[in-house]
Amino acid sequence: MSSKYDVLVIGGGNAALCAAISARRGGASVLVLEGAPKFYRGGNTRHTRNMRCAHDAATEILTGPYTEEEFWEDLLRVTGGKTDEVLARHMIRESKDILNWIVEQGVRWQPSLGGTLSLGRTNSFFLGGGRAMLNALYLTAERLGVDVEYDAEVTDLVIEDGMFLAARLKRPIRGETEIRATSLVAAAGGFEANIEWLKQYWGEAADNFLIRGTPYNRGSILKMLLDKGVQEVGDPTQCHAVAIDARAPKFDGGIITRHDSVVFGIVVNKHSQRFYDEGEDLWPKRYAIWGRLVAAQPDQIAYIIFDSTVVTSFMPTLFPPIAGQTVAELAGKLELDPAALEKTITEFNAAVRPGTFDHTILDDCRTEGVTPQKTHWARRIETPPYLAYPVRPGITFTYLGTRVNKESRMLMADGRPSANMFAAGEIMAGNVLGKGYAAGMGMTIGSVFGRIAGREAAKHARN
Amino acid sequence: MHGTRILDEADRLMTVCNSCRYCEGLCAVFPAMEMRRAFSDGDLNYLANLCHSCGACYVDCQFSPPHEFNVNVPQTLAVARAESYAAYAWPQSLSGAFARNGLVISIVAALSMAAFILGFVALNDRAVLFGVHTGPGAFYKLMPHNVMAALFSAAFLYAILALVMSVRAFWRDIGTPIGGRADGGSIFQAIRDAGELRYLHGGGVGCYNEDEKPTDRRKLYHHLTFYGFLLCFAATSVATLYHYLFAREAPYPWWDLPVVLGTLGGIGLVVGPIGLFIAKSRRAAELLDAQRYGMDVGFIAMLFLTGLTGMLLLLLRETAVMGPLLALHLGAVFALFITMPYGKFVHGIYRFTALVRYAQERRGEAGS
Ligand SMILES: Cc1cc2nc3c(=O)[nH]c(=O)nc-3n(C[C@H](O)[C@H](O)[C@H](O)COP(=O)(O)OP(=O)(O)OC[C@H]3O[C@@H](n4cnc5c(N)ncnc54)[C@H](O)[C@@H]3O)c2cc1C
Ligand code: SF4
Ligand code: SF4
Repeated sequence: MSSKYDVLVIGGGNAALCAAISARRGGASVLVLEGAPKFYRGGNTRHTRNMRCAHDAATEILTGPYTEEEFWEDLLRVTGGKTDEVLARHMIRESKDILNWIVEQGVRWQPSLGGTLSLGRTNSFFLGGGRAMLNALYLTAERLGVDVEYDAEVTDLVIEDGMFLAARLKRPIRGETEIRATSLVAAAGGFEANIEWLKQYWGEAADNFLIRGTPYNRGSILKMLLDKGVQEVGDPTQCHAVAIDARAPKFDGGIITRHDSVVFGIVVNKHSQRFYDEGEDLWPKRYAIWGRLVAAQPDQIAYIIFDSTVVTSFMPTLFPPIAGQTVAELAGKLELDPAALEKTITEFNAAVRPGTFDHTILDDCRTEGVTPQKTHWARRIETPPYLAYPVRPGITFTYLGTRVNKESRMLMADGRPSANMFAAGEIMAGNVLGKGYAAGMGMTIGSVFGRIAGREAAKHARN
Repeated sequence: MHGTRILDEADRLMTVCNSCRYCEGLCAVFPAMEMRRAFSDGDLNYLANLCHSCGACYVDCQFSPPHEFNVNVPQTLAVARAESYAAYAWPQSLSGAFARNGLVISIVAALSMAAFILGFVALNDRAVLFGVHTGPGAFYKLMPHNVMAALFSAAFLYAILALVMSVRAFWRDIGTPIGGRADGGSIFQAIRDAGELRYLHGGGVGCYNEDEKPTDRRKLYHHLTFYGFLLCFAATSVATLYHYLFAREAPYPWWDLPVVLGTLGGIGLVVGPIGLFIAKSRRAAELLDAQRYGMDVGFIAMLFLTGLTGMLLLLLRETAVMGPLLALHLGAVFALFITMPYGKFVHGIYRFTALVRYAQERRGEAGS
């Protein structure tokens, strides 16, 4: 094992491993420093399930073509135009090849999905999920001779004039407290697990946020880079946030704490008041907006309320719904004012107009004369037991990041490209995602820019 | 609330997995789970017996321990599976045999072998026991063929009866409608799935043993053991036909069908169990059902002993040790037969039954 590596990769998720493999295949000696213990290796990637890539024809795993142009339009729509077009188009073009490249690294795709998401055409699903995918990447990396260290948190970076020199470690590795390398790939995720940092933008409300993924993405590397002159990109308040079960653990509850039942009921806050049109849009849009909506409510809590007629209409849930034979009994269990909840439900029920229910389209079941309206899928809540899920904002990942160019090379505050620093994944997602999100893009950003960053870092090191 | 603590845990896990479903491409357990929202004891026993213990869903799960959700599907289903054998055993009064199976098997095996040796001694004088016998009918100098056939048929028929009764109880519990029949197509599908160990593949890469690197080792050794067993069984069946239809008496020359089948089978039954034992002793503790270690090893040992004594008999049948070896071999086979319904042997039968049920459910789903 050499004491100085060609390429140092900080992080241990999808972006980091794609970079490490690609750098190693480019002929460089590579060290990966993963801050987490071995079980938690791979950050948020552990919790993922699919990846969005452009492709021109249906395959064994994808039900139809998804052209570059369509991908671009989807991205444009979800971000409302807040994206770097050059980078985004570059990523989309590269994503076509990633579908195969990732398989060459040992990752396996699931044939076709029986499940609940309507993503069979645009997204490929990892066989066995994100952790299976990571296991495959780690095996390949090790086989190729990439060195990997766990429990290897980087606490400082030595950077001079836009040039990376060394990384300092929390615990010595093979006697060293400092690791030097010719190039750096930063792939250490966002700062969503750093509540103090989140509070800078969200205030005390952030105390009530639940973090869906790894507790190890504290944004320390991002902060160091920004402090040492790397140009910042993205709005710090923008992130991917959904409403998840309030009973979920503070960190790392993963995918299974989500609820997709909003469309079948109503959502009230702690004053038993509705606050948004639950029937505004189809999944996935309706899924991704509720995190922010709940974050804006008092005490950052809300309740999805429905009745016994719809319990089998959505995915089974980890936590059972809270039930009451009467609205008042349910309110009591939720610690809501029974009279207020009864009033909200009575008014809502009275406003429901007849229609033909179909949750797969924007149907004609709607309310009239209640604010806010429920514009689709509105049906009376009247068949006991009455049921509820308490929900809180669940933060998936943040968008504030380091600015990069098409080579995945970091740009310094004055616009100059860094001599030897590259970034990939969540830490630079804000280049592409100014706001909004389309399912599976986290992995696309990580794989595409990870592969590029590794290749370029190796090229730099071997020059 | 379920009948046992392990079924409560299995229910909890299936609830977690059903809201996750990341593993649905790995094996039959997860798609079968997805067809349900609530799980009866029978459902859980069904899922437990569908699991081939490949370990993939443990190594791939983001919620495995030390995560607080503490999801360990292979181990939980392994314990539930083992408990299900006892739950459906016939007669119920013998279900306790599963609990201390390693001990039971050793005692039964030792007693059977001793009984055969003593029986030979009693039936013959010492000169016959240690004499060199060759040519057709050599074995029957030690024990008349009719006695042998009667003993083994009785043991075998008892095993079949007990197994049929147990599986019947299992089938009633896991199936709807209760007592419904299995159709031919589903049985055929299950034979194929069981024959190729379709779900012992971790979703395609092999199964997980000592670490997160998958291999096909267990599948290979399982195949050797299983097909070795079948070949030995076929050898015995052919020999029986020879005896009754053509009046040709054992031992047969090396090139004759029963010996060829028996030799190949014997090799499988020696190599397979050794491989399985090594794989088991290396396997990560968190994937194993430690309490049933004795049962698993006992069964592996019985198969090994059967194969080994059979092979030795073949090699040394023209020497003076033929008599004692024959006694040992017959003792081992006899013990294997009568302990079959109360030990690890049943895993194959239950797994096959669960596969039939699964095939049926899939066909039902495709048809609707
Ligand atoms: C529940 C959930 C489900 C998701 N599902 C999907 C999906 O299906 N598809 C999709 O595309 N995206 C999904 N995402 C988003 C996706 O997880 C991220 O976009 C992606 O994981 C980012 O990859 P990454 O490699 O940049 O970061 P990560 O995978 O988070 O890896 C960052 C790594 O950096 C390490 N690290 C942090 N700080 C340090 C330090 N100082 N020193 C050393 N190491 C450090 C961490 O331990 C971690 O291993 C999901 C996210 C969550 C939370
Ligand atoms: S074992 Fe883990 S990853 Fe697999 S379905 Fe269950 S909870 Fe999900
Ligand atoms: S251990 Fe293998 S066979 Fe058993 S449930 Fe898990 S993936 Fe399926």
